Amino acid sequence: MSIFEYNGCALVAMVGKNCFAIASDRRLGVQLQTIATDFQKIYKIHEKLFIGLSGLATDAQTLYQRLVFRHKLYELREERDMKPETFASLVSALLYEKRFGPYFCQPVIAGLGDEDKPFICTMDSIGAKELAKDFVVAGTASESLYGACESMFKPDMEPEELFETISQALLSSVDRDCLSGWGGHVYVVTPTEVTERILKGRMD
Amino acid sequence: MGDSQYSFSLTTFSPSGKLVQIEHALTAVGSGQTSLGIKAANGVVIATEKKLPSILVDETSVQKIQILTPNIGVVYSGMGPDSRVLVRKSRKQAEQYHRLYKEPIPVTQLVRETAAVMQEFTQSGGVRPFGVSLLVAGFDDKGPQLYQVDPSGSYFSWKASAMGKNVSNAKTFLEKRYTDDMELDDAVHTAILTLKEGFEGQISGKNIEIGIIGSDKVFRVLTPAEIDDYLQEVE
Repeated sequence: MSIFEYNGCALVAMVGKNCFAIASDRRLGVQLQTIATDFQKIYKIHEKLFIGLSGLATDAQTLYQRLVFRHKLYELREERDMKPETFASLVSALLYEKRFGPYFCQPVIAGLGDEDKPFICTMDSIGAKELAKDFVVAGTASESLYGACESMFKPDMEPEELFETISQALLSSVDRDCLSGWGGHVYVVTPTEVTERILKGRMD
Repeated sequence: MGDSQYSFSLTTFSPSGKLVQIEHALTAVGSGQTSLGIKAANGVVIATEKKLPSILVDETSVQKIQILTPNIGVVYSGMGPDSRVLVRKSRKQAEQYHRLYKEPIPVTQLVRETAAVMQEFTQSGGVRPFGVSLLVAGFDDKGPQLYQVDPSGSYFSWKASAMGKNVSNAKTFLEKRYTDDMELDDAVHTAILTLKEGFEGQISGKNIEIGIIGSDKVFRVLTPAEIDDYLQEVE
């Protein structure tokens, strides 16, 4: 079994009209056994920047700690928040540093950049960035997520409709993946507020 | 007096609380050719005398004003070779920042890191402080900025500043002439007039150097022909 499938994860981020949404499942497993049903996979870097980390949970936690460390120092030195594009370059550089002994993580980065323009991207475990204008997916359920997003997505959705779309895409995809599920965790971010919601899906 | 016994060792404080080597470094700066910088509302100008030791020197091969990044330039007063070392290190630091963040380095960050290098050389064994003060001019998201960095590693943001031989006259002149809403062209004229104040001999496009950066965020050194045009406007 692949190291990326050890803990199980489903991550998706979508762009809406002047907003974005990022969602994850809530399961933490050790291969076939479920250990926790409230495991956090999406982290806030600052009010307008979120990162979801899929893959091996221990690497996700360590990588998150390193990123928060770097971002805090950046904020202190430069007296400003990091732009999402800059943060994505930083994550890519950190991952490539470990090219021959990588972090087994696939990040999904979502944020509001200059003039609150939504930015999403994902990358592989050694930092190859993949920018997208509509949606990005990661994790054990990624193939189902690609299919669900491709069919459900439409551009310029308002926050409420974006929430519905991303939730449906997530829940229907994790139902086809035995390693992810046990509910969903959705953040919808606009220039003025951040809405966090828990989804109740099939609890298996 | 008591100081001279401590003036040989860099890493030892003198009884008066000074690091005498740094004082001597500042003296080296103070006997260097005059350079100055002025921050305008929409850009920055830096300028320096370019007095060559003989008429046989090919003046086109000498460039005192250097580019650190496309939007940051620097001029020095003091020992030229020392400034080249700092320019080299600063360029590398700017590129490292860009490699990590894929963003141009903010002026404040580059100045901070250059100053840190200069400070290192005041606290390490077997090295001496740099014999230059730098004037760093740049334009980034925070607008036009002008910084001075001293051999001790301290740095200051200035609206207008001068360094080198004629520093006190130049600063007095600048204090009188500076206005907050100056445009870049006015600033170039003022810079030329300030240099003229203490200039020995005939000023021309061949014996001064001027670098400007405007709201296009591109730093460039003016050609001798452009400097001559400005000189004519000043006459």
